[in-house]
Amino acid sequence: MRIKCPLCGSRDRREFYYQGHASILDRPDPESTLETWNDYLHNRENLAGVTEDLWHHEQGCGAWLVVKRNTVSHEVLSARLAKENGL
Amino acid sequence: MRFSALKVLTEGLKGNSGWGPHWRDPEPAQEYDIIIIGGGGHGLSTAYYLAKEHGLKNIAVLEKGHIGGGNIGRNTTIIRADYFLPGNSEFYSHSLKLWEGLEADLNYNVMHSQRGKISLFHSDGQRDAMIRRGNSIRNQGDDAELLSVKQLRKMLPYLDYEQGRFPIYGGLLQRRAGTARHDAVAWGYARGADQRGVDLIQNCEVTGIDVSGGVVKGVQTSRGPIRAKKVGIVVAGRSSQLAAMAGMQLPIESHVLQAFVTEGLKPCINHVVSFGMGHFYISQSDKGGLVFGGDLDMYASYAARGNLPMVEHVAEAGMTLMPMLGKARMLRSWGGIMDMTPDGSPIIDKTHIEGLFLNAGWCYGGFKAVPASGNCFAHLMATGTPHSAAQGFPIDRFRTGHGLIDEEGTGAQHNLH
Repeated sequence: MRIKCPLCGSRDRREFYYQGHASILDRPDPESTLETWNDYLHNRENLAGVTEDLWHHEQGCGAWLVVKRNTVSHEVLSARLAKENGL
Repeated sequence: MRFSALKVLTEGLKGNSGWGPHWRDPEPAQEYDIIIIGGGGHGLSTAYYLAKEHGLKNIAVLEKGHIGGGNIGRNTTIIRADYFLPGNSEFYSHSLKLWEGLEADLNYNVMHSQRGKISLFHSDGQRDAMIRRGNSIRNQGDDAELLSVKQLRKMLPYLDYEQGRFPIYGGLLQRRAGTARHDAVAWGYARGADQRGVDLIQNCEVTGIDVSGGVVKGVQTSRGPIRAKKVGIVVAGRSSQLAAMAGMQLPIESHVLQAFVTEGLKPCINHVVSFGMGHFYISQSDKGGLVFGGDLDMYASYAARGNLPMVEHVAEAGMTLMPMLGKARMLRSWGGIMDMTPDGSPIIDKTHIEGLFLNAGWCYGGFKAVPASGNCFAHLMATGTPHSAAQGFPIDRFRTGHGLIDEEGTGAQHNLH
């Protein structure tokens, strides 16, 4: 599996650390209800198919990326900088 | 048909012409009292104990593929009860006891082999932690023995004790741990459930769950709608998809875990050996293949195969621990899809929908749990109250933070277990 980092180009999967679904970028307001925080921290759509995850290019440029990927075929479709989401 | 030595002998003399199928292949009825979604180890054992211990008759197991074709056929067959924390401790102890009576109970040879499992440690600190774990295992009523390097060298002469990175300081042995033939476990439970009147319906994929007024009414399947008073979801590997049919999101992320087997070799590894520092564990099947595995590939996946970096990592760990492995040729590898929960422990619970029950989140520990998981889930579905050995697995523990079973002590977050 290779991921095309927008800054470094196509790189081996081993250069990246997987954090989880990109929904973790949408952090709830600190005053939100327990249910909202529970959904944010624990509950996942966990799609079998095309999904967006957060990966850290820790052995490359150090950028956080949102990677669009198919969890059934392992095909990597695209990668963009997470800071475009405001991170 | 009951299996016995006499039956094997007489069939041998008659050219094995008298064996029949081990279970029926019934058409689905229009309605059941209980439907179990998922004909894997956990689903079949649930159906078996519902019929055997709770006297229920009108039960169906719906399996989208064939019996034994899912994760029950894609694991590394290890059985152990060496957990540390309350919740897990009594549950796996219960499971180990059920394993010990399983073959007699099912009248089926599941090739259960209590060959012992040895967990290695590599520093003084780890020795202290192992002693503590061993004491906890003995407190739960099971066996654990601390082995010195001298004892270990006699039992496992083939390990590289002097390796620079992880020199071996000793091991924790559980003699009652071991392995079983995974397929036979599915077949034995399937046959046992079938004999007690459970309908095992294969090639029957559930496509929807019917709920009305907060009460479950039945399921939609590829073979038509089936009504039911109670429905149990037991589909680890696909739990999120089934839960979504009932409008639920689960605290589960699916990951692929790879395993490997070599060509058949003469007996050389007599135990299950676990090398935690290398995320590596190994045993030898009765056919002679060395069966071993490592850690998760560590990204969400539903592909029943992994990627090469983990293959390389597992091979390196194996070579570090036992250099003789380098002479063996790897025959094949496979991947199983794991329901990973935030704290690394499973879920056996009711749902917010009346009559709908959930058994999921087995992470990478599902095989050894098969008897107790079915036993406890059957208890919950039949009586409405959790079994005493499975009170630690409610889904609400993630929301409240109370009763989390974080065996690895890494924190109850996704991607840490």
